[in-house]
Parts: sequence; structure tokens; C-alpha cells
Amino acid sequence: MTAVITPPAAKPQTPAKRAGRRSGIAPPWLFAAPALVVYALVMLYPSIVGAGSAFTDWSGVGEQRSFVGLANFQQLIHDDQALGAIRNTLLLTAAIVVVQTGLGLLLALGVHTTIKSRMILRVIFFAPMVVSPVMVAFLWKYVYNPAPDAGLNAALNAVGLGALRQDWLGNPSIAIWSVAFTVIWQCAGYSMVIFLAGLEGVPQELHESAMVDGAGTAARFRHITWPLLAPALTINVMLSTVGGLTLFTQIIAMTNGGPGYATDTLSTVLYKQAFVFGKFGYSTAVALVLALFVAAVSFIQLAYLRSRETAA
Amino acid sequence: MRTRYRPRTFVLEIVMVALAVAFLFPVYALVTLAFKDPEQIANKPLSLPDPPSVGSFGTAWESASLSSALLNSTLITVASVLALIVLGSLAAYFLARKAGRLSYSLYILFLVGIILPFQLGMIPLYQLVNDLGLLGTYQGMILFYTGIQLPFTVFLYTGFIRSLPADYTNAALIDGASHLQAFVHVIFPLLRPITGTVLILNAVHIWNDFFTPLLYLGGSGRETVPVRVFAFVNEYTSDYGLVAAGLVLAALPILLVFLVLQRYVIRGFSSGLKG
Repeated sequence: MTAVITPPAAKPQTPAKRAGRRSGIAPPWLFAAPALVVYALVMLYPSIVGAGSAFTDWSGVGEQRSFVGLANFQQLIHDDQALGAIRNTLLLTAAIVVVQTGLGLLLALGVHTTIKSRMILRVIFFAPMVVSPVMVAFLWKYVYNPAPDAGLNAALNAVGLGALRQDWLGNPSIAIWSVAFTVIWQCAGYSMVIFLAGLEGVPQELHESAMVDGAGTAARFRHITWPLLAPALTINVMLSTVGGLTLFTQIIAMTNGGPGYATDTLSTVLYKQAFVFGKFGYSTAVALVLALFVAAVSFIQLAYLRSRETAA
Repeated sequence: MRTRYRPRTFVLEIVMVALAVAFLFPVYALVTLAFKDPEQIANKPLSLPDPPSVGSFGTAWESASLSSALLNSTLITVASVLALIVLGSLAAYFLARKAGRLSYSLYILFLVGIILPFQLGMIPLYQLVNDLGLLGTYQGMILFYTGIQLPFTVFLYTGFIRSLPADYTNAALIDGASHLQAFVHVIFPLLRPITGTVLILNAVHIWNDFFTPLLYLGGSGRETVPVRVFAFVNEYTSDYGLVAAGLVLAALPILLVFLVLQRYVIRGFSSGLKG
């Protein structure tokens, strides 16, 4: 169980060692200085400036900018493209969280058995995770080829499901799910390995004694495995939520937000507002909204992890 | 239950293998595509290439300038990961060992960076990098990755160092070693397991990152593999065989590394918090 809780501890800690730790002679501040400087320069300073310029009409060129209050946010709630992007972002995130986590759990349960192919299957299902999202997106863009005799359409036809052939990325009501499926294909193996780490922490004795008591597979899953998988489940849900909210690369590579605005998300809208339309102030307002979504989710995640750290 | 191979296990095995075959369909489609000539692509979209032609690979390697892209990616990834390991472990050592409100606040300040989505500072940072004259340079990318990945790295290292007893360093310090000597010779070697996790998670992330290198390196001649592939695919969009060959070549290096180090990579990902 501890395997899924970061950061992994070097060795079990006794209360005596914990007390003794602070008595170590502390290193000087200089040790933290270089990291702090780089972190402040690359993350803290730009984020503060970014949050501030959400309230200005900055064009991104030069220093000229004037304070416009909440005008950018007022524009946002009347901007159909931005509102559609919020809706798409939430839909995509919901689909990815539910399907990726569910599939990851099923895969983990499937390979956490005595089947002979269990090790090779883990490697296969996890492999897409190490490939760049751009390349995975292009791979699927070919699979989603609208031609009736290529990619997925050809495969559907070959197995007698020709009626299901689609313009997967060109049909506005399907495109977003096609993108979601690409992300799920790439990341389900990641959910799987996190669940596997959780499953390896479930004591075998619990299962054995439950079997002696006559509990079936379903009952043992419900009363033993599932409760002990709670930390892995939480981590999976949090990771896929943040991943879904900030999804960008796959969309830019596969649909560029289209057809129309059908697959635009907060990330693609803020990118286009800044680098296509030169509205940096408005773009950072969109970024701030996205940041608030992500911060809310991540805050819950960190609070949860920290409560487990202290409970352990 | 876990030791016996029963008929039910066999059925599960069949189901899982079938699932893996379906899962690999896109890869099969891409790889076979790369080995086909245009005539085979048009007439036999799903069959195995017969005869296989390897001509696309050479053309793709040249057109996407993959050799220099691989060099750029390697340079940026190695330098950034090294900087992250050095800066991150040093800072974490201080944060884990220094008691008091100030060092705790600093730790929290680093944790905030895990929450902050980089989109918030994206545009001001682009301006900053531009003002510093670092657009289109390796240094700009290395600085970016070091800053962006530091919070997570510091988080992993600090938790690990906190679980180490302080006795070792105290002994070294009493023997007259400086703090830096004690860190280099005593602490850092003890951090090997977490350094492995830090290395794997950061290296995979940096190697595959797309958006920032597109912004910072586009047109500079120092593009990383994902940026080159993006430009290449968009240029040769309708030449499926060529595009497929380019994608196969570009994905191959990291997949090979993954296959060799699979146990460590999977362990790193399942013990780390984000990818």
C-alpha cells in the first residue's frame, strides 16, 4: 500500500529516529539557494505576472498595458468559444477519469493473477506512456483516417462492423470522444501500474482466511481488495483529472480544436488567444480560470496525501 | 489462489491476450504502413507488407532531420536532469534537516509549484526568456525544465531524506568534513533509489515534452524530436508511408530504453506522483 504513496520512504521509521532527525546539524541556507533562484525565476515570478495581467489589456508586445478590472472575465463569460472550451474541458476530463481509471483497474486485476503472460502484458499496456503524446496523437490520427478503407474504418469493415465506419475526427459530435479515447489508450497502463502497486500491498493472508470462511471472488474483491485500493484509486483519479484539465498536445496535433470549436479546451483557447490573436491579457484570464480548476483539484490531492503521511 | 493455474485462469489468459492484440492494433497499422509502398497502402491497407520496402525510413530520417533532433533532445534532457538532481537534492537536504518555521515555509513554497499549472506563467515566462536572449537556445530549455520540474523533484527528495537517520552526517561532520563533503560522500550515495525515480520521471517527461520546445525552439535548428516530428508530419501529411516511417523511427529510441529498463521505469512511475 505504501508503494503508491509518495515520496517512498527509505526504510521504516521508528519514533526514536524521527525525534533524532532534527538534532542533526543543519546545512547552511546556501544549499537551497540555487534551487530557489531557478524556481522563483521560472515559476513564481511569471505566475505572479501572469495572474496580474489577467486584469489588464496587455497585447503581449512591449510594456504597455492598462488595468481593466474584471473586463477579461466578463468577456470570458460572454465568449461562446471560451464557454464551449470550458464545457469540452469538463466533458473530456470526466470521460478520461472514468474510463481510464476503470480500464486501469480491470487491467491491473487481470495481470495481478497467475496468467503466464502477466509480465509481458504489463510492459505492453504501459509502453504508450513513455512515447511522446505528439506521436501517439499522430498515430491515432492515422487510425482515425476518414477514408472508408484505412485504419480503424478498414478494421471495422474487416470484422463485419462496416456500418460503424465514421469520420472520427471530422464529425463534431464524435471528435471529442475520439480524442479522449486516444488519451485513454496512452494512459490506461499508467493507471494500471498504480493499481498494481496497490494490489501488491493487499495481504495474501486476508484472502486466504476469507476463502476459508467461504467468501467468493466477488465478496473478497468488495470487502478486502476494494477498500485497500482506496489510496491508489485516489491517486489515479487526481492524476487523470489534472491531466484531462490541462490536455493540450493531443488536441493541437489531432484536431487543432476543430471541427469548428468542437474540441477546443481551455488550454487550446488560451494558446490561440495569446499566440494567434495577440490578446495576452485575455489569454492569461483564461489561464487563471484553468489554474483555479487545477489548483482546486491538486489542493485536495496534496491535502489527502499529507493526511496519509501523518496517519502512517 | 495465486499459485494454481486453473481452467478459469486459462480463460482469463485468453481474454487478456485478445485485449492486448486489440490494444496493439494501432501499432500494427502504423508499423506495417511504414514498410509499404504507395501502391500497397492503397490496395491492401491492413495486410502485412509484401514485399516489405524500407525506402521510407531513409527518406523520413533525412526529411525530419532526426539525427540532429535526437542530439538536441539528448543534450537538453541530460543537462536538465543533471541540474534537477543536483539542485533538487541539495535543496531537499536543507529543507529536510533544517528545523524551524522559515525552512518549513520554504518547503511549502516549493510544493505550491506542484499545484501551479505552467499555463499561468507561460506568457510572461516566454517574454522573460526572450528578454534574456535565450529563445532558441539549449540553455533556455534547460533553465525552463529545471525550474518547472524542481517542485516535484524537491518534494520526492525531501520526503526520502526525512526518512534517513541524521547520525551518518553528524558523524562525518564531527570528523571535520564540511557540509558539502558530508553531502557528497555520505548523503548523496544513500539517495540512490529516489535519484532513480527522479531521473526516470523527469527524463521521460522532458524527452517527450512538446509545447514549450515548440514555442522556444521552433525555427532555431535546435528542435527536439517531438517538435521535428510535428513539423515533419504536418509537411508530408498525405504521404502515409513516409509519415509512418518517421513516427516509428522517432518513437524507437525511447521505446528501446524502456524495454531494457522496464522494471525500473514502471517502478519509478508507480512510486512517483506524476508523469
